[in-house]
Amino acid sequence: MGTAQSHVEFRGVGKTYDGRTMVVRDLDLRARRGEFLTLLGPSGSGKTTCLMMLAGFETPTEGEIRIAGRPVHDVPPRKRGIGMVFQNYALFPHMTVGRNLSFPLEVRGMDAARRAECVRRVLALVRLDGFEARRPDELSGGQQQRVAIARALVFEPDLVLMDEPLGALDRRLREEMQFEIRRIQRELGVTVVYVTHDQQEAMAMSDRVAVFHRGRIEQVASPETLYEEPEGEFVARFIGDNNLLRGRIVSVGPDTCEVETPGGTVRAFPVHRHRPGDRTVLAIRPERVGLARTGVYSNIFEADVEDIAFLGDHLRLRLDLCGNPAFIVKIPNTVGHGAVLRGDRIRVGWGAVDCRALPDDEGARAVEAVAA
Amino acid sequence: MARALRSARVRAALLTLPLVAFIGATFVAPLGAMLIRGVHQPLVADSMPRTLARLEGWDGRSVPDEATFRTLASELRSLRERRVLGAVAARVNRVESGMRGALVRTARKLRRASPASWREATIAADPAWGEARAWRAIRRAGERYTARHYLNALDLRRDAAGAVSAQPPERRIYLSLLGRTLAVAAAITAICLVLGYPLAHLIANARPATSNLLLLLVLVPFWTSLLVRTTSWIVLLQNQGVVNDLLVAVGLIDEEERVALIYNMTGTLIAMTHVLLPFMILPLYAVMRTIPPQYLRAAASLGATWRQAFVRVYWPQTLPGAAAGALLVFILAIGYYITPALVGGRTGQLISNMIAYHMQESLNWGLAAALGGVLLVCVAALYLVYDRLVGIERMRLA
Repeated sequence: MGTAQSHVEFRGVGKTYDGRTMVVRDLDLRARRGEFLTLLGPSGSGKTTCLMMLAGFETPTEGEIRIAGRPVHDVPPRKRGIGMVFQNYALFPHMTVGRNLSFPLEVRGMDAARRAECVRRVLALVRLDGFEARRPDELSGGQQQRVAIARALVFEPDLVLMDEPLGALDRRLREEMQFEIRRIQRELGVTVVYVTHDQQEAMAMSDRVAVFHRGRIEQVASPETLYEEPEGEFVARFIGDNNLLRGRIVSVGPDTCEVETPGGTVRAFPVHRHRPGDRTVLAIRPERVGLARTGVYSNIFEADVEDIAFLGDHLRLRLDLCGNPAFIVKIPNTVGHGAVLRGDRIRVGWGAVDCRALPDDEGARAVEAVAA
Repeated sequence: MARALRSARVRAALLTLPLVAFIGATFVAPLGAMLIRGVHQPLVADSMPRTLARLEGWDGRSVPDEATFRTLASELRSLRERRVLGAVAARVNRVESGMRGALVRTARKLRRASPASWREATIAADPAWGEARAWRAIRRAGERYTARHYLNALDLRRDAAGAVSAQPPERRIYLSLLGRTLAVAAAITAICLVLGYPLAHLIANARPATSNLLLLLVLVPFWTSLLVRTTSWIVLLQNQGVVNDLLVAVGLIDEEERVALIYNMTGTLIAMTHVLLPFMILPLYAVMRTIPPQYLRAAASLGATWRQAFVRVYWPQTLPGAAAGALLVFILAIGYYITPALVGGRTGQLISNMIAYHMQESLNWGLAAALGGVLLVCVAALYLVYDRLVGIERMRLA
C-alpha cells in the first residue's frame, strides 16, 4: 500500500490539550480509498480525538494529517469536503428533513431544482422516500440516524466520518443499521472512518480495525486477523473472549514454545521473539478448548467444573486452571445437556497453535488493577 | 377514585388562595380602579345633580332659563358651605380654562343674595354665564363617563361641536412622548441584545467554573439597590465624573468640552441598559445552554461558513430566548420610572415620569390613568405580536 493509494493518512500525529498529557501519540495510520476503517477502543483511548482532528475540529499538536495526499492542517472543516455523522445525529431541530438535507447544497450555491433532486435521491438511498416535510422530532431514532447519514452523503463527499453513530439505538436496530451503513458504503464506494467502542460493531462492519489503547494504536488489521492473531494482551482481551494464563518461557522452538504456568507446562505458539526466562501471557479462545476425550490436543489438563451455564447452542464452563480461577470453556451443544455437571472433574485440551504466547504487558495489568 | 382525585386537585388549588387574594387586593383591584378612573368621573355629576338635570333639555346654544340659574346658584352655595367647591371648580376648569374663577367668584358674590332675577345677578357676578360656553363646560364636566382623558392622552380634543380633532400643535405632548418612550425602549432592547448575546453565548459554553462565575457577575447587580446603582452612574457620568475625567486625562477631549453624559437621553439610555441587561442575558443563556455545540460543528462539516452557520443554524434556535429577553426588556423599559427620573434630566423623561407627574403634582388622576391605559394597550399589543411571531408557548425565561 503506497502513499498514492492512501485516502487518509496520519503521520506521527500527537495531540495534547493541557501540554502534559498526550491524548494521542505517535500515531501512524492510513485508510485506502473506498475502505471501511474503524477506530476501536474504550472511552478515553483517543479515537474520537483522532476523528475530530481529521474533521478539522481539533488541531494536531505534532505530526501531520493528509487527505488524498495533501496536508490539511490549514484547511478549515468546511473546506475539507468530509461528510460527518455525529454521535447524537445533530440534525437541525428547527428545519424539516428536506431542509436539513438541502442545507449543505444551499451553502454550496446549488439551485433549488437540483437540490430537490439530490434530496430525493439521497432519501431513496437511505430508504426514507417522501420524508422531506417531516421534522426531526417526529422521527424514530433509526429514522433520524438514516437522515443523519443521508445529510453526510448528500453533497457527495468521498470521505465520511462517523462518530459512534449507533450508540443511541437499541440492539436490534443497531444490527439492522450496521448492514444498512455497510450497504450504502459499498454502493457509493466512499471511504468511511468509523469510531466505536463496541467491538462487535467494529468486527461486523469494517474492512480493517485500528484498536486504540491509551492514545496509541495497538494493532491495525482485518477483523479476522485481530481475532485469530492478536499481537498483544490488550487486543487479546478487548476483541472477543479470551482466557489468559501468565507464565515464563522455558524453551523456544521454531513454531512452538514451552511455557511454565502455576498449573503445569503449556505448549504455545510464540507471537514475538521470546527468550527462555521471559514472562509471557498465554491467550486461549474459550471455543478452542475441547473436552479431551473428543480430540487430540498438545495440551491436556484436568480441572474441576466450578460453574456451568446452559446457553442453548453451547455450554459455558468455568474452570480453575493453571492459575486462572475463571478459565472459560465453551462446549458446542453436541454432547447434550447433562453430559457435564457442576463439580465434575474433567479433562480439557487445546492445540499449541490456538494458544498464543504474547509479551507480558505490565501496563495493561496495572490498568486492570486500577479498574478493579 | 375520580372524586378522590378531584378533591386532591381542589385542595391543591385552595393552597394558592392566599396568593390569589393577595394579587387581587394589591394588584388587580387597584389597577382596575385606576383604569376606571380614566373614564369614570362622578364628582361633578354628584355635586351638581339638579343643575345638570336642568341642562339636559337645554339646546346648547342659547343662554339657559331663569330656573336653571336659580338651581345653579343654590347648588353653588351649598357646595361652598360643604367646602367642596374648590375640587368641583378645578374639575370644570380642566374642561374649559377660566371656569374655576367664574365658579368661585359667582358662589362668593351670590352667597347671601336673593335677587328678583337670578339670571341677571349671576351674569353680573361673572359675565361668563351670559355665554353658552360656560354652560357647555358644566354639562361636559358633569358627564359621569368621559373619553376626555383618553382623548387628551392621545393629543386629541373634542371641539365646541363635539367632534374629535387633534390638539393645536403647542398642546400636543403625549403622543410624541409616547413615541419617544417606545423609541428609547426599542433602542435599549437592541443595545441589550447586542451586548447580551455574546455574553450569554460565552456563559452557556464556558467550563462550569467559569460559567458560574460569569453568571454570578451578571446577577450581582440584582443584589444591589436600584437607587445605589443609579446613583453610581451619576458619579461615573456627571460632568466632573469618572468617565469625563478619564477622557480629559487621556487627552481625548479638552477640559472645556466635557461630554454631557447624564441628565439627558444619553444618561437614561446608559443607566437603563445597565439595569435591564440581566433580563436579556438570562433567557438567552437558558436557551443557549440547551443547544449543543455539535450543531455548529455539523454546519461547518456540511460546508457552511461561520456566518451561514450562525444565521441559519444558531440564531433561529436562540430566537425564543432572544424574543423572550427582548419582550421582557422592552416591557420593563417602556414602564420604567426611577432611572429616567434620576438621570434623565429634562430631555430624558419618559411617559411614566409624566404619569407620575399627573399623579403627584397636577393631581389629574384621570389623565394619569388614561396615560397608563394607553401604555397597557401598547404592552398588550406587543405581547400579541410576539405570540403571533414566535408563539408564547415557546418563550423561555430563565
